[in-house]
Amino acid sequence: MEIPYTVQHRPDTGIYNAKLGIWLFLASEVMLFGGLFSAYVLLRVGAEPGMWPHGWLNVTLGTVNTLLLALSAITTLLAWAACKVRDFTKFKIFHACTILLALTFLGIKTYEYRDKLTHYEIAVASGPYAGKFVDGHFKEQSADFDFAKKTGTITLHGHAVEDRKELMDLRSPEAQAAKHEEITIAATDIKKMGNYGPRHNTFTAIYFTLTGLHALHILGGTLVIFYFWAFGGAMWKTDPERFTNRIEVSGLFWHFVDLVWIFLFPVLYLT
Amino acid sequence: MSESEKPVCLKSYMRLCAVVFVVVLCTTSAMIATSFSHLGDGWTLKVTLILAIAVVNAFLVAGYLMHLLSEKKLIYTVLAFTVFFFIGLMGLTVWATNGFPPGTVSH
Repeated sequence: MEIPYTVQHRPDTGIYNAKLGIWLFLASEVMLFGGLFSAYVLLRVGAEPGMWPHGWLNVTLGTVNTLLLALSAITTLLAWAACKVRDFTKFKIFHACTILLALTFLGIKTYEYRDKLTHYEIAVASGPYAGKFVDGHFKEQSADFDFAKKTGTITLHGHAVEDRKELMDLRSPEAQAAKHEEITIAATDIKKMGNYGPRHNTFTAIYFTLTGLHALHILGGTLVIFYFWAFGGAMWKTDPERFTNRIEVSGLFWHFVDLVWIFLFPVLYLT
Repeated sequence: MSESEKPVCLKSYMRLCAVVFVVVLCTTSAMIATSFSHLGDGWTLKVTLILAIAVVNAFLVAGYLMHLLSEKKLIYTVLAFTVFFFIGLMGLTVWATNGFPPGTVSH
């Protein structure tokens, strides 16, 4: 059985079915991400004064990722244009670039996640840092370290502050001037400790949710693009017009993923 | 006829893409510069400016890379509904920001 309107335009809509389908899907995606952006706004305006983080994310890495996605959107468009002019070799080259750029984006995102998951904040109850908050990246721990059993020590590379609010704005002159060093704390001195994972505060929760969902979209899009790149040759030989339409549809999805990042980057990294 | 149905010239698309990428580079730099500049004490003005630049960026991607500047009426209709519901969603969000239940204690 042949699927209708994969190439020809439907008389009533004026476009082929898959194109209308992807636009309806993207409309639903706008509402999905819109709901999460709405949650971000509510969390941000509802935060106590001075308790919404600034400068917690690496702007350089965010900028590189922005440019990588912009480039991948361009190579996707050029891959479709290559199909339109019936140049399958160029299509393969452009889509290979898209896949490589997407994987690099995901690699950088993984590095950023790892950085947050190895970053700890420790509320100290007793000892040399009593009453302070020690903040820094995990360096090492003694073999017998167990926070629950209160045994051993943990070492962070960071600094100690009196007030937790001092950890919120890392762009402030005080935070910029802070001297980072190796700090070792005994488990018996620790009141509370946790990494900068989703449970740390509302900012990290919405950061991981938004960027995690976006990364899943990147992963899904990459798999689809890879499928067309690796196994598209058969359809290209039998029905190049239909294959070109498939590339257009997957390209529209990819551009949408780029669009979402265009707003995620300033909202999370720059403001 | 929508852009995707017109005859394609790969070289002209490459030129278009080069222009789009340069503009994206400029707008991204402008966002970063705005973020690190000293524009008053609060973040309101900065956030407004940065989001305005992001909208320009988004217009480029949607308009030129997604061919939205020359699409079919049906696509515009779908998007018009999307914009309507998105504005409604954000409107409710703004409305809810001041809607604390009676007895809410502020820190």
